[in-house]
Amino acid sequence: MIAPKKAYLARALDDRVFSGVAAATLLAFAAVALWPGLSGYRVNIVGQLACFALLAVALDLIWGYAGILSLGHGLFFAIGGYVAGMHLLEQSVATTGITPDIVQFMGWTALPNWWGPLGSFSIALLAAVAVSFAASFAFGWVSFRSRVGGVYFAIITQALVYVAMLLMFRNDTGFGGNNGMTGFQTIFGVPFQTPGVAEGLALASLGALGLTLVGCRLLMIGRFGRLLVATRDDETRLRSLGYETLRLKLAVWCLSAVIAAIAGLLYVPQVGIINPRVLSPELSLEIAVWCAIGGRGRLAGAVIGAVVVNAIKFSLSATLPELWPFVLSALVILVALIFPNGLLDIGRWRPAMLTRPGALQPKDAPS
Amino acid sequence: MTVAVLVEGLTVEFGRFRAIDDLSLAIDYGEVRAVIGPNGAGKTTLLDVVSGVSRAKSGRILFDERLELTRRSEAAIARSGVRRKFQKPSVFEALSVRDNVEIGLGGANDAGSKEKVAAILETVGLSDHADRLASELAHGQKQWLEIAMVVVSEPKVLMLDEPVAGLTDEETERTAALVRRLRTPGRAIVVVEHDMDFVEAIADRVTVLHEGRTLFEGSMARARADARVVDVYLGR
Repeated sequence: MIAPKKAYLARALDDRVFSGVAAATLLAFAAVALWPGLSGYRVNIVGQLACFALLAVALDLIWGYAGILSLGHGLFFAIGGYVAGMHLLEQSVATTGITPDIVQFMGWTALPNWWGPLGSFSIALLAAVAVSFAASFAFGWVSFRSRVGGVYFAIITQALVYVAMLLMFRNDTGFGGNNGMTGFQTIFGVPFQTPGVAEGLALASLGALGLTLVGCRLLMIGRFGRLLVATRDDETRLRSLGYETLRLKLAVWCLSAVIAAIAGLLYVPQVGIINPRVLSPELSLEIAVWCAIGGRGRLAGAVIGAVVVNAIKFSLSATLPELWPFVLSALVILVALIFPNGLLDIGRWRPAMLTRPGALQPKDAPS
Repeated sequence: MTVAVLVEGLTVEFGRFRAIDDLSLAIDYGEVRAVIGPNGAGKTTLLDVVSGVSRAKSGRILFDERLELTRRSEAAIARSGVRRKFQKPSVFEALSVRDNVEIGLGGANDAGSKEKVAAILETVGLSDHADRLASELAHGQKQWLEIAMVVVSEPKVLMLDEPVAGLTDEETERTAALVRRLRTPGRAIVVVEHDMDFVEAIADRVTVLHEGRTLFEGSMARARADARVVDVYLGR
């Protein structure tokens, strides 16, 4: 008895929540593109949220599907971000001739020569992909080959991002120290204040999110995705069925890192600054929190988690920023108690579960 | 006749504990060999070393009289045709029963492989459960599913670690019938088990391990009569 084979794309949209999130992304894209009433501030927020959602999707690929928790994904986000910073500085100087602040406080006379090629967007994009790929490949290969996994892997990634932060805080490292890079004047030769720039950046972010979502979903419902889930459920079993799990893990790890770098690349032009604070362990932990709150292993959960958490953060930062750590902690505790598998479980929640802790942890739920 | 698995002078140590001590044994194609013995005798360790999960300190393991297994990776050993079922039922809980078996088959996704998957599900009696998640299966069904995952690739050496642990009497009988059906002239089956009635029902020969060495080799009936075997294991 073999189920009739549906078209691949149709199967990708089988999951109602996933279709909903994909539709919402499309709707946001249409709203930013066509609705003139949307303020520049709102558009910018939407663009940032899309970048965070992209980052969360990257983490969900490795954590939700392959069961590898990274608490250092800020590293790859920062690689994309710093490349974007160098690109923007280079082409701002080329367009306006204004010497950026970084040249003064670093004690330079001009931007380093080797940054020059990054003034071209295609080279910058290539550099972000190549550097994040190389860094993730080197780290992943060493770790997965030595069969470092679980909490040990998570701790090492956390240490890695911390070391990177300390390194980038130093002026000698050559990327602006604790000031980072800011004062970007133009993008593609157009001043940032020009109407339409914020919209363009938000659309690029939403477009990247939508394409990544659909692409990853297609990948995850296919053979590669099933093998990742098998790695997560029982890696020894999979190895003893003849599969080199090292290759599987390395492939998804590098894919995840590159997506995170692209998120960083899109994020920096929208906030106008990149500094070592994106490498703080707190941000990397927060990415995991977005995924945990939204629900792991379904891509849609990562988007929901990233958007919900950051929307609350944005609205609080305008009114009561000091409340944020408490709100976030409360949110984490609440979700952990009531929806151990994230907000995606809302549909299955019953009041009786309050009195029976753990009732929402059936074995079939993605863990 | 070629020997399926030839173990020569095998020693395995974990720290200062010697789990297997200069062990030699030969398993032929076409036979069902039971490896029995008290806890800590080295039974599971033997399967671990043959399948590449643990490493030998010295000695060698020849598969099919041509492949040395002690330096190969688990995946390479599995691909060469030596596969094992683990002690604890190890299935991919979040995948369907059919997906589990397909993964056991490897890459192919043609009509022939679909037939193979369907046939093996029929053999282990899980055809009606093919589209359920593996996590929804009962313990016994998970054991059979794992056997199906391992057998679907038609391994030449099939190792089963405690296939009837935790099963009911009826399930144990069904498993015994299944193992007899999986016995072919081109395949060696190695079973580690504590259930002696089950062993008697399936095994052509038994090897009794004790403290990492072979204590006895022969038929189950003679093992039951052997004074040393009774002393260290069966009499307890």
